[in-house]
Amino acid sequence: MSDLETFRAETRRWLEANCPNSMRTPELAGSDVYWGGRKPEYKHPDQKVWAQRMGERGWTAPQWPVEYGGGGLDREQVRGLRQEMSRIGARNPLHSFGISMLGPALLKYGNEAQKREHLPKIVRGEIRWCQGYSEPGAGSDLASLQTRAEDKGDHYLVNGSKIWTSFADRADWIFCLTRTDNSGPKHQGISFLLFDMASPGVSTKPIALISGSSPFCETFFDDVKVPKQNLVGEEGMGWTIAKYLLTHEREMISGFGLAGGGKSLSREAVEVIGTDPAGRLDDTVLRQQLAQLELDAMVFGYTMTRVGDEARAGQGLGAASSIFKYYGTELNKRRKELLMCVRGEHALAWEGEDYQHGKTARDWLRSKGNSIEGGTSEIQLNIIAKRVLGLPGQS
Amino acid sequence: MSLVLNEDQLMLKDSAAGFLAEKSPLSALRKLRDERDETGYSKALWQEMAELGWAGMAIDEAYGGLGFGYTGLGVVLEEMGRKLTASPMLASIVTGATAVALGGGEELKQALLPALAGGAMTMTLAVQETASHKPLQTSTSALRQASAYLLNGRKLLVADVHTADRIVVAARTSGGPGEEHGLTLFLVDADAEGLSAERVFMVDSRNSGRLILDQVRVDDSRILGEVDRGWPLLQKILDIANIGLSAELLGLSLEAFERTLEYLKERRQFGATIGSFQGLQHRAAELYTELELARSIVLAALQAIDRGDERLPVLAAACKAKLCQVSTRVTTEAIQMHGGIGMTDEFEIGFFIKRAKVAQQTFGDYHYQLDRFAAANAY
Repeated sequence: MSDLETFRAETRRWLEANCPNSMRTPELAGSDVYWGGRKPEYKHPDQKVWAQRMGERGWTAPQWPVEYGGGGLDREQVRGLRQEMSRIGARNPLHSFGISMLGPALLKYGNEAQKREHLPKIVRGEIRWCQGYSEPGAGSDLASLQTRAEDKGDHYLVNGSKIWTSFADRADWIFCLTRTDNSGPKHQGISFLLFDMASPGVSTKPIALISGSSPFCETFFDDVKVPKQNLVGEEGMGWTIAKYLLTHEREMISGFGLAGGGKSLSREAVEVIGTDPAGRLDDTVLRQQLAQLELDAMVFGYTMTRVGDEARAGQGLGAASSIFKYYGTELNKRRKELLMCVRGEHALAWEGEDYQHGKTARDWLRSKGNSIEGGTSEIQLNIIAKRVLGLPGQS
Repeated sequence: MSLVLNEDQLMLKDSAAGFLAEKSPLSALRKLRDERDETGYSKALWQEMAELGWAGMAIDEAYGGLGFGYTGLGVVLEEMGRKLTASPMLASIVTGATAVALGGGEELKQALLPALAGGAMTMTLAVQETASHKPLQTSTSALRQASAYLLNGRKLLVADVHTADRIVVAARTSGGPGEEHGLTLFLVDADAEGLSAERVFMVDSRNSGRLILDQVRVDDSRILGEVDRGWPLLQKILDIANIGLSAELLGLSLEAFERTLEYLKERRQFGATIGSFQGLQHRAAELYTELELARSIVLAALQAIDRGDERLPVLAAACKAKLCQVSTRVTTEAIQMHGGIGMTDEFEIGFFIKRAKVAQQTFGDYHYQLDRFAAANAY
């Protein structure tokens, strides 16, 4: 047996013994998702048990180095682990911006003390992180951010506010872009700080969206003291770190373009609308739009696969994450529009048990934000035009 | 199988690009057009391509081919698409050799495939009878007479119709228009009595034309596949042909896009390079994204042929539908972004949209393929 086969066999045995049965079912709602943190919320105690067991092995972040609490697995092993998990329908044990966003940036830019302090707690789900990027006056033009961090000798004094901070009201720590220098070009003078959301002077306020309540918050900083050792990288290097981290965020959001599991949209349409004697959907105009959407989704899926395979074969594609973010989110918006057509009256409801509390309408409205958050579609197109196609900037 | 080209295929792509850049620049097509060349392609060039192994790329080694598969052939078709190379590749190899390999008995394969691979013989496929591709509507008749069939009918948009040595003809041995049962594929000699081919000068300056069958006698030994049960065979040939056409459409779209991108970087108006205008940048970025999607489905579909994937009909329909869309958008935008010069015959960018339109409509356009895609997914 090869090493990889041995690893898979052992992994399979371990998962069989350690993954609770209740964690082998799909997550049904947002409240089924486990985020960890100092005050973890869960519907079922097994959520905590499952995250703890996986965290102790470092398998919540399987590719991170062992010395920082990760699993220390190579690419093939990680793939093996994921396949073994999906074989038994195991849930992702821990949803975490620490794992998906901050971790990769800390591994690349953090110092030794920061990695040892923060990464193991992320792996074990002890600290829940949020991202302090956008500001009321700095959306697409993120680099114009104005939250100040004043040098006070042994600490920075942070003043300002952030917006669109996901789960700021539930998070324990924040990774935050601040301005330490106003004298040069706006991309310089930005610094990447980490601090405790329990620090005096931090407050949050949830934001209601067109789709209803949301995880987004406004976050305010009023004379917040941040120790100097919480600066990641050098002062003024924040923009480089932020961009690196954004590529990870984009890849996460672009996954929305792929059809989830379960019934396809066309199948659902056939059930609701019916077919003509030849077996075609009994609405020829809708049929064409559905076919176009499902064609594009299929081709998009192949593109995700191809780009992954090319990266492994060493044939890179520039700006892949921008293509995915742009196309995936636009595709998702089209999908939700068509879902509204197919479900009709059911889709228009906002409340009620019979209507899944307006889930269809709320998801449809929420999807409009996919092509705004994490860099708008227009920003992605700018990136493709400049970095991949080499087109000149505006003169 | 990973969704990437392997080392051999990448090398083939490079060498094909190099060969075609030297031997088949776009000016070659213009020359064929302006001189109203009788053959419509260069026989000498086709012979060279055959010697390089391109004609035999996907033909089995036992029959004089390279056994390199359709993915390899697709790589060559993509590069030929870039140069708009006029050649019998599509008609003779992608449809003809495929039809013989899939439907021919041992004797026919021995007789035809080595000659096709060597470039000594050429073939084509005749299916369409009405304004657009509707193979089930075939009404060309094949009536039993003694130990042979008599074919009567008229075919349209037959590639290389006046130069091919053998023609595969779809005809009805029973049943009526719309029925799957009753279709049969016949192998007809170009010089058979009662057969007349008429070349039509098409918008793409390549060879297509009409075929009239008037009491053409075909022996039983010249039947591909089974009598009355030719539909699945024809579908498979058409699936492969549509994937081949898609590879060509991908190549010509990439070339049109890259030429346009260069122009955006050169052309100055209002005191600036026009490529610095966001209105054009976003459209260029969208075209690039669509082209990346197109690359993926073409490669996936080519690999599906080589793998013998049972989902080939869905992939072929998806591939052709997508490439019809992408090539229309890219070649149309290419002209728009070039402005007035893009409308002139002297400038080459207009050649791409012309070839694209013929390739799109050959063996089923966007509407036909999207309908198939939906039907194959049960809606």
